[in-house]
Amino acid sequence: METPDEALARAAGSGDREAFAALLERHYDRILRLGWRLLGSAAEAEDLAQDICLALPGKITGFRGEARFSTWLHRVVVNAAHDRRRRAATRTKAADGWGDWEIARRAEVAEAAEAADWLARAMGALPEDLRDTVALVLGEEMTHREAGEVLGVSEGTVSWRMSEVKHHLRALATAEEGR
Amino acid sequence: MSDELEKLKAALKATEPAPDEGRKAEALARAMAEFERVQGSAAGARRMSDRPRKGAGFWTGATAMISRLTTRATLAGTASVAVIAVGIAVIGPNLRVPSGPRLEREVTTAPPPPASITEAPAPVVGEDRASDLAGGRARTDGEGAVADYRETVGQTEADAVTPAPAERLAEQETPADEPAPQPSATSEAEVTDELFAKVEEESAARAAPSVSVGLVAPSPVARDAMVAPEPDTEAYPEAEPNPLKVTAEAPVSTFSIDVDTASYAVVRSSLNAGRLPPVGAVRIEEMINYFPYDWPAPGDDEAPFRTTVSVMETPWNPGTRLVTVALQGQKPAEDERPPLNLVFLIDTSGSMQDANKLPLLKQSFRLMLSELRPEDEVSIVTYAGSAGQVLAPTPASNRAAILGALGRLAAGGSTAGQAGLVQAYATARGMAEDGELTRVILATDGDFNVGISDPGELKDYIARERESGTYLSVLGFGRGNLDDATMQALAQNGNGAAAYIDTLNEARKVLVDELSGALFPIADDVKVQVEWNPATVAEYRLIGYETRALAREDFNNDRVDAGEIGAGHSVTAIYEITPVGSEAVLTEPLRYGTPEAGSTESEFGFLRLRYKEPGEETSRLIETPIPVDTGEGGAEARFAAAIAGFGQLLTGATYLGDWGWDDAIALATTARGEDPFGYRAEAVGLMRLAESLSR
Repeated sequence: METPDEALARAAGSGDREAFAALLERHYDRILRLGWRLLGSAAEAEDLAQDICLALPGKITGFRGEARFSTWLHRVVVNAAHDRRRRAATRTKAADGWGDWEIARRAEVAEAAEAADWLARAMGALPEDLRDTVALVLGEEMTHREAGEVLGVSEGTVSWRMSEVKHHLRALATAEEGR
Repeated sequence: MSDELEKLKAALKATEPAPDEGRKAEALARAMAEFERVQGSAAGARRMSDRPRKGAGFWTGATAMISRLTTRATLAGTASVAVIAVGIAVIGPNLRVPSGPRLEREVTTAPPPPASITEAPAPVVGEDRASDLAGGRARTDGEGAVADYRETVGQTEADAVTPAPAERLAEQETPADEPAPQPSATSEAEVTDELFAKVEEESAARAAPSVSVGLVAPSPVARDAMVAPEPDTEAYPEAEPNPLKVTAEAPVSTFSIDVDTASYAVVRSSLNAGRLPPVGAVRIEEMINYFPYDWPAPGDDEAPFRTTVSVMETPWNPGTRLVTVALQGQKPAEDERPPLNLVFLIDTSGSMQDANKLPLLKQSFRLMLSELRPEDEVSIVTYAGSAGQVLAPTPASNRAAILGALGRLAAGGSTAGQAGLVQAYATARGMAEDGELTRVILATDGDFNVGISDPGELKDYIARERESGTYLSVLGFGRGNLDDATMQALAQNGNGAAAYIDTLNEARKVLVDELSGALFPIADDVKVQVEWNPATVAEYRLIGYETRALAREDFNNDRVDAGEIGAGHSVTAIYEITPVGSEAVLTEPLRYGTPEAGSTESEFGFLRLRYKEPGEETSRLIETPIPVDTGEGGAEARFAAAIAGFGQLLTGATYLGDWGWDDAIALATTARGEDPFGYRAEAVGLMRLAESLSR
């Protein structure tokens, strides 16, 4: 039987090298995937994953087993993605440029991948809090309650946000039909 | 689930990126290295033996202990009964850099003409570096842009971003603004890596770090922070000088004390570099408070500070008076001070590599270390290339470990760590125990992207942390990028002081001579309110403290934050007042106004001070009348007046009349007093410099 994440995390937190390595190996792909869903750019997600890998040794000591490890890790990723977005926002202001989503969208357009294009537009049309919620609920297939734990909001808020997402998507669909 | 959501979900799943195995391996390897570093320097889990955390149950303890027994031979170390922890956090490279189009794309899709490469860095670096960079490559017309830029920097406030280079840049970069179809990711990466390697070599050869910040980020982590050069450099708060107030209309003046000294050091570094400081960098109160004064010290059973009010003739206007309000803080005996927990949050960005930044910072902390006592604790948290904690809480007696960690700090890399500030505060919280003092010391060359990049949010965050009892000090290093405005705002919000360190001497002043003042608050939220008497004072003007003004009602509101006064600190504020009947009155009396009759004519005004004992919630009140008086003023008050004159001469001197540099120099020279450290003599030298520069 596989050692549970929580036990590995506690061991890693108190200095067990193997435990930490196992934990990272187990979760790297998930970090990357979630990062991509939150940021909408593969390159950004790679950078994010690497940042998180570098930060985890410091953070893991703060894991106290109060939440499930996956919830804790998701929270770390979501917060890191927020920081990155904020930085991007400040930078693009200075550079008079595009949001990351816009870059991603244009790149995708150039690659002419219709599905990716639609996805970029759909996600890009969502405000950030909805995007985070989508990444967790649809991408990570979390329950509303789990997503709420990660985002620090109530289950009801997550449900409400998902219905908002629906509205946004319908509006997008209507707009696209009209074109 | 509805169709829309299903479609979105399917799309999310369909387009998942596959992990790039190379990057994954690299990330994992780096993480392991980091893990070893963190764990290695953490000397096991001290937290377990000293201070079990809430929520960590028996099992956690047991696992930790077992793994420690099995994996480390350093059990002895973990049992240390360390009382003080000092943490140091380091902030990374140019985090504020705008990201703009990514360089790698630029390179692969539209190799810019050589001219644009050479020219782009010009605004960031000095002329010399720009020409270095150009060496070997075609460089033709960069000179003009550089010259423009330097000139502007010489005289502007920070927000005036040099228009000329900015425009040029915009032109140069146009090709990159249109994303052409991308070649495959791999070839892109290869090309970029080559480019990195090349530029890295070049810049290493020249040891000119800012170049590498402008153009490239040497390590892969840093890649996204590397960017188009950033023409914007220094930022200063914008505050108009306090205007003249008519006593009959607004008799009450309220402000918070300010023990920052950064402004004086910035002014000095500008003058020494041969140019007048930007007007925004001159904060007269910080210049005045830079100097130690010989104000009477409080007795043992008084308030933690003693107030001295003196009235003298105004040097620059015989018709007015200067009222000097001075607070002198108690200096508790050194051996009575509580144990200290220091967390250093240090900027190790590429731009910190200059000799007057990271190297100076290391020397400064080395000086400071010898002032700490064995029971104090130090921790270092790094930021950027090396994210996270570099030195776990370590007793100050373990000099070797601390010096070692300090020595290993290297400027480089540029990805922001997740949350340097957050981590620093978290470390500080972990170190805090009853009866100890905990302080985060932020050292940076100006980029405050410490994980929270929105300035408003950063302030809020710090203000929240302030509630937890952790103090924050900000040390600024180097010029060119200095975000004086943010430094000041952070220190104000974080219950701390901002100082600017330009020389090792200054480091000694701030971190050694005045260490206890810098680190041990004796009174929190000190507010000053003066009510002027309309019967005796026609007009008044507070010199300086523009960024510290408080609303009248905030004086009695204990929830409103104000400045802290440290052990042995002194704080001086100067009002220029115009007595009723003086010919120097500038405003006409109101035809219909009726000044309050019956008030006492023996007082100019009434001084109220509020302060809190450190850690207390409710403030205490001190009240003193300001008698009508016309003294000569002691040497201390006259010296303060000379510095006030110095500051006003640098900022426009609206109220000074013919009084000029010669007068300021003469006044400062006669009031120099003992001046054991030579600070005042240095000020006179700076006035001379400023005089010749302003001609």
